[in-house]
Amino acid sequence: MRTVTNLHTAPRVTFDVQKVRRDFPILKEKIRGRPLVYLDNAATTQKPQAVIDTLTRYYSEGNSNIPRGVHFLSERATRNYEEARTTVKTFLNAAASQEIVFVRGATEGINLVAQSYGRTHVQAGDEILISEMEHHSNIVPWQMLCEEKGATLRVIPITDEGEIQLEEYERLLTPKTKLVAVAHVSNALGTINPIREIIAAAHLRNIPVLIDGAQSAPHLPVDVQALDCDFYVFSGHKLYGPTGIGVLYGKTRWLEAMPPYQGGGDMIRSVTFEKTLYNTLPYKFEAGTPHIAGGIGLGVAIRYVQALGLEAIAAYEQALLSYATEAITSVPGVRLIGTAKDKASVISFVLTGVHAHDAGTVLDHDGIAIRAGHHCAQPVMKRFGVPATCRASLSFYNTKEESDALVAGLHKVRAVFHL
Amino acid sequence: MSDLGELYQEVIIDHSRSPRNFHELKEANRRADGHNPLCGDQISLYVLLKDNMIQDISFQGTGCAISKASASMMTESVKAKTTAEAAALFEKFHRMVTGEGNGMVNPAGLGKLAAFSGVSEYPVRVKCASLAWHTLRAALEARQATVSTE
Repeated sequence: MRTVTNLHTAPRVTFDVQKVRRDFPILKEKIRGRPLVYLDNAATTQKPQAVIDTLTRYYSEGNSNIPRGVHFLSERATRNYEEARTTVKTFLNAAASQEIVFVRGATEGINLVAQSYGRTHVQAGDEILISEMEHHSNIVPWQMLCEEKGATLRVIPITDEGEIQLEEYERLLTPKTKLVAVAHVSNALGTINPIREIIAAAHLRNIPVLIDGAQSAPHLPVDVQALDCDFYVFSGHKLYGPTGIGVLYGKTRWLEAMPPYQGGGDMIRSVTFEKTLYNTLPYKFEAGTPHIAGGIGLGVAIRYVQALGLEAIAAYEQALLSYATEAITSVPGVRLIGTAKDKASVISFVLTGVHAHDAGTVLDHDGIAIRAGHHCAQPVMKRFGVPATCRASLSFYNTKEESDALVAGLHKVRAVFHL
Repeated sequence: MSDLGELYQEVIIDHSRSPRNFHELKEANRRADGHNPLCGDQISLYVLLKDNMIQDISFQGTGCAISKASASMMTESVKAKTTAEAAALFEKFHRMVTGEGNGMVNPAGLGKLAAFSGVSEYPVRVKCASLAWHTLRAALEARQATVSTE
């Protein structure tokens, strides 16, 4: 289990989970007459009232287009949207706001880099390096790029515990490698990857690194300057914000060297039929009217998370992860998939004799929401020789009682299947 | 647990645990593969077709309880049936599991397959229940491609 090292230096605040739960109206919902037990946070997180209110208020009192309006509403919406960008910049500790590009989500962020960086920096014979535990969104964009360019996709193998094989990684870094793209936290296994070492090893050879932060931004403090990553992407909806908004962080020198991703409004400085001059960063990468309410809502979600404190969140979630892992593995027939030393609050498992989807249906019947399937990481499933797993992914608003409900549900699953 | 019991009826649990006709069929002259990406269900279906009659049928594969039991019970139901009879049975079965006609589909004529009536309450599981049947249709039409429920 991961130890939160500066726990003793952080202000000692007891984490009041019941108070936190009151901020999330959906947690009061009943599913088939039972209290909702929401354990599918790696798929998407629930939204605090502050985020919901922000969206409602934006559309009922502040809706307007940005950024060129001369009227009051447009000016205010522009300001609020840019304040959200500053909030993201502070959240990631980026060097400048222009390094924060708003996108639809982590997937679009990766596609942007694959298409834009790839178009100018990757040629036939080059290699892109990813890991065996990547989500499809950090596999397919690179496959598409490699196919287009005649480049090769290389894969860093993982161990039986679900950890990156670092020696193999170093061996795979060659003069042909043009980019390394790895998840900070695996959505299917929960593994926290040693990205600091991964980034340092790549930088020794002047290779840029993209970090898929979809599963780390909600659970761990992230400092892109300390990590020294070249790109970092995350999705707003996995961080208690709206769907349809996410972030690509990129170092200025890379973003400046990259061509626009899409053409359209807002990404230009001037247009004639002969030549278009592109806008400055980050607007060069933000063609078309963005998800304005989503961006502002994401800013509010981040401030909510910051108020709780990511160190406090990580400490609470780690304690809950230990408790739930022990409880779940006490159920006969349970086998964990992903047993890395360093894990975020994702518990992937199979139940001998029961298909994950059947377990999911039985649990759903009691209002317990887990994910059952391949988690958009089919190569990981293949690596562990399972068609699918059950995945309980925990948030700071989950409780030990909910973990107990899951365990009771798993005993019921066994009973239904006469195990 | 009453309506959960309607989905996971004893006969379904039984067939999922001990599937019938669960082997390769050497003499088969028709074969099709089916895939349900949602569950990762994978089925290979073998049919011995003679004079439009399903003389013998078997399957292999992995999947959830619903898909496995459905494949097992389908092989029992269509053996010694003509292709037209099998197609008619599929149509009836499909109407039942999708809940068409507001659950008013008469399970008479479906025999043991009526055990799958509970599936209509679980829309995401309809694909699991119908995978084997779609694969059968592909085998009978001698289509080569893998059937996908997506």
